Amino acid sequence: MPRTLRVLVAKLGLDAHTIGVTVLARALRDAGMEVIYSGLRQTPEMVANTAIQEDVDVVGLSSLSGAHMKHFPQVVELLAAKGAGEKLVIGGGVIPDEDVSALKEKGMAEIFTMGTDTRDVVKYLDTWWADGDGAP
Amino acid sequence: MKSARALADAALARDILAGARIIRLLDDRDEHGIEALAHLYPSSGRAYVLGVTGPPGAGKSTLVSKLIGALRKRDLTVGVLAIDPTSPFSGGAILGDRVRMQEHATDEGAFIRSMATRGQLGGLSRSTFEASAVLDAMGFDVVLVETVGVGQDELDVVELAHTTVVVSVPGLGDGIQAMKAGILEVGDVHVINKSDLPGADELERQLHVMLETEAHREGAWKPRLLRTVAEKGEGVEELVDGCFAHREHLQATGEDERVAARRAEHFFLEILRDEVSARILAFARGDAAGAALLEDVRARRRDPYAAAAALLDAFEANPQTKR
Ligand SMILES: Nc1nc2c(ncn2[C@@H]2O[C@H](COP(=O)(O)OP(=O)(O)OP(=O)(O)O)[C@@H](O)[C@H]2O)c(=O)[nH]1
Ligand SMILES: [Mg+2]
Repeated sequence: MPRTLRVLVAKLGLDAHTIGVTVLARALRDAGMEVIYSGLRQTPEMVANTAIQEDVDVVGLSSLSGAHMKHFPQVVELLAAKGAGEKLVIGGGVIPDEDVSALKEKGMAEIFTMGTDTRDVVKYLDTWWADGDGAP
Repeated sequence: MKSARALADAALARDILAGARIIRLLDDRDEHGIEALAHLYPSSGRAYVLGVTGPPGAGKSTLVSKLIGALRKRDLTVGVLAIDPTSPFSGGAILGDRVRMQEHATDEGAFIRSMATRGQLGGLSRSTFEASAVLDAMGFDVVLVETVGVGQDELDVVELAHTTVVVSVPGLGDGIQAMKAGILEVGDVHVINKSDLPGADELERQLHVMLETEAHREGAWKPRLLRTVAEKGEGVEELVDGCFAHREHLQATGEDERVAARRAEHFFLEILRDEVSARILAFARGDAAGAALLEDVRARRRDPYAAAAALLDAFEANPQTKR
């Protein structure tokens, strides 16, 4: 029986725009994934604990409020510190191009900037999953 | 990956990472998960299992979050299984129950797990019993189970829980529907949530009358009827008291043994049913007789009952299926 990919979708920071993450959550569900949505205004600590309790394969972070440089790497560090460093962490939202490589250096697997088609995210995750990176 | 044994030992020492992984493996029907469960199962059976059920949007998750808070204040650790439906079209799911529970995300004494039904009918997910046993063996004092938003006839939670809380809300049709759904009989504690909304008094009157007119055995538990405003935390202490009163009743009357026996039977038979049908179906697919029988049914040479009986005879006669 094939394993079902589990993805946590979390919004960091103080903004209250949920449309982007809701659209993404639907796209991932329609691609057969289990999407855990944890709501607005999450702290890195909440996200890391949630990812562990839910045993997700992928953590998708969204930030529109400019706190990504601080918060995204904190999630990566916390996951590693808690023994869950194997989870794939990706990010999206309002992220200037010049921040992308810095975030990747800090352990983010991929960054999807504003205007990314959700189908590209699905394709990216499907490919990663099929390549067996997600094997337990 | 850690061996099943190592995972189980870690889970018994309340390692969240290990417990979460075992639940995942069980949900994926992975043999490592089944092996880990074998190590954990003897240590389960101590937790108080509390089910929360009711129609979609009744405020179950909001209420569960408040229950976590109230139980934690009483120094109890809490495991939560929150179930939402799998989409029958894609096999995917959006699990949003925990949005309402995130205030507890950083509390080490609370473990919250979202589960998708994965095709299971009955209001629970395919491996809720397994997951509950894992949390139980990990030593959580209370396991809270939030069912999917139920309509009628989706009441498997009563087979799992010691106490079933049925949540109703004003404005969702009248009490006749509750009666039809059989939901009235399964509630040990009835909650009228959103009692800040109009119609709460009317609903309370209706439920009260129905509960009063239910046949009542001497010495049996008399279901409680309570009002809550989950969003504001109102009535939650009374709800916890009501649940614990029911638990004490179970313990005082020895009925908790019956609950345990019923749960074991349901858990066992459910797995047996799955295994039996998987084996027989695999045989039917792999055996030429299976295809011939199917063709007989299609051509109306045999009726489906006769074909099924013939296949089972062939299964029993086959030396390879004997163990
Ligand atoms: N007015 C009022 N609204 C409430 C109350 N409790 C919860 N709600 C609201 O009801 C809505 C649904 O709450 P949930 O807790 O998600 O309900 P649920 O039963 O878990 O929903 P499903 O899991 O989707 O079946 C939310 O918008 C809550 O804020 C209450 O006591 N009063
Ligand atoms: Mg809910």
